[in-house]
Amino acid sequence: MFDFCADPDLLEGGRWLSCYLTTPKHMMFYQSFLVVIVLMLITAPIALGVGFLGALATRSHLAPLRWLGRGYTSLVRGVPDIAFFLFVPLALDQGLEYLRHKAKCPDWTDAIRQGSDFVVCSEAKFPLSSTPQIWHELYGVALAIIAFAFVFGAFAAFVLSGAMNAVPRAQLETAEAYGMTRGQVTRRVLVPQMWTYALPGLSNLWMILIKATPLLFLLGVEDVVYWARELGGSKTSAYSYPHPDWRIWYFLALLVFYLLVTKLSEVGFARLTRRLSRGQATAHGMNEARKGAQA
Amino acid sequence: MNKIILSTALLALTASGALAQDVIRMGTEGQYPPYNMIGDSGEVEGFEIDLGNELCERAGLTCEWVINDWDSIIPNLVSGNYDTIIAGMSITAERDEVIDFTQDYYPPTGSIYIALEDGVDLEGGVVAAQTGTIQAGYVAETGATLLEFATPDETIAAVQNGEADAVFADKDFLLPYTESGELMVVGEEVPLGGGVGMGLRESDTELKAKFDAAITSMKEDGTLNTLLDEYFGEGTGTY
Repeated sequence: MFDFCADPDLLEGGRWLSCYLTTPKHMMFYQSFLVVIVLMLITAPIALGVGFLGALATRSHLAPLRWLGRGYTSLVRGVPDIAFFLFVPLALDQGLEYLRHKAKCPDWTDAIRQGSDFVVCSEAKFPLSSTPQIWHELYGVALAIIAFAFVFGAFAAFVLSGAMNAVPRAQLETAEAYGMTRGQVTRRVLVPQMWTYALPGLSNLWMILIKATPLLFLLGVEDVVYWARELGGSKTSAYSYPHPDWRIWYFLALLVFYLLVTKLSEVGFARLTRRLSRGQATAHGMNEARKGAQA
Repeated sequence: MNKIILSTALLALTASGALAQDVIRMGTEGQYPPYNMIGDSGEVEGFEIDLGNELCERAGLTCEWVINDWDSIIPNLVSGNYDTIIAGMSITAERDEVIDFTQDYYPPTGSIYIALEDGVDLEGGVVAAQTGTIQAGYVAETGATLLEFATPDETIAAVQNGEADAVFADKDFLLPYTESGELMVVGEEVPLGGGVGMGLRESDTELKAKFDAAITSMKEDGTLNTLLDEYFGEGTGTY
């Protein structure tokens, strides 16, 4: 980074530190903060979408759809996250490669499962072995997003269906009395009103999601915790910048980062709550209305 | 000069056999200096990286490095996420049942204990080792209480903060940690394993043959010995 960093052995004090903190390896650490935030910002809406569909399915008047929704939420909520994180991406990956193998190499005679080996023809590999490493990493990220959305979607579905049940029945009855169809009642009355009930549960899920990022390394995505551990561990003279065990400092930095994210999210959710409870017959909504009347 | 001519000749010989677009993905841990580590440049480096690149060149293969957790390094190999394991993995009969090994590129070496003070009870105390290593297996048999960690680095930290009495691992990995004077070698050196080799899928016999040939050629012309001496000190290379 700086000109004087050419020979780390000769550096001391502040200069050593400034060189140390700007090594390309540290840059990857800083970058991983962005990766984590971006990943969460992509995952959250997808998980919410999956949860919304799940919630609608559990309320559906079509029995098979209802069973599907209920099965999904109870199964996923009951199995440990880590099991899903090992299983979903692996199953997806192998499933995808199996299909590609069937489509691209119909002449292949060898078995795909040979003992513990999973062998497909090289054209069926996804991503292909010859694609640059960055695509393999992005593929890992995509699998991670799917796995996260799958797991957190189930929790979101439960929160949302609870919120849907919390909307006063009188509201829905009134809508029905106006002659709205089932779909119209859901779209115009149920969904707009349920958010205020869902918000506390959803904000909980969001916080848990943020802190679940170390699970990413299971999928080969190098997150902030991975880098903090890697950089903080004691370094022998095999490295250019040897140092004793500094993990405490790196984890303190992570603490600050997570507290900041939590604080920001709290502020955001508080605003959303205020906005969504406007005009609602809840304690919060009534409070807002009273304040509005006085002003 | 001779070496260059020889290796280009070898390259020309082997390249005709392999397809040009063949990319071999090499899986390593990146946490086991000086075998393999993530250097300050953010790239993998170390003995095995230099060795692997040279082997790939001799075998006429294009290679790419992939970092993977030690815990899942074998499952990810057999499910095809990469094609080789080159991560200081000792050849053992137990691993050989699941994957295949090339011939060793690092002779069978000793494992040692290091601790904060002399006279630690190695047979009755608490000994740290990395999960899934031959050393962990050995400690479990000695009667000492085995404390396992996912990364080698954590095993060192466990001794430093008093959680474990000693740590047991490859000599070449542990020795640099004694340089600062805080930690010292205790007890006897224990010979373990059948040397370090490259792990491959059992179904990948062709690739195994290529790497075996490349390792043989490096042993014959002495380049492997030079490389071993460079990383692990004079006298390590005895091929």
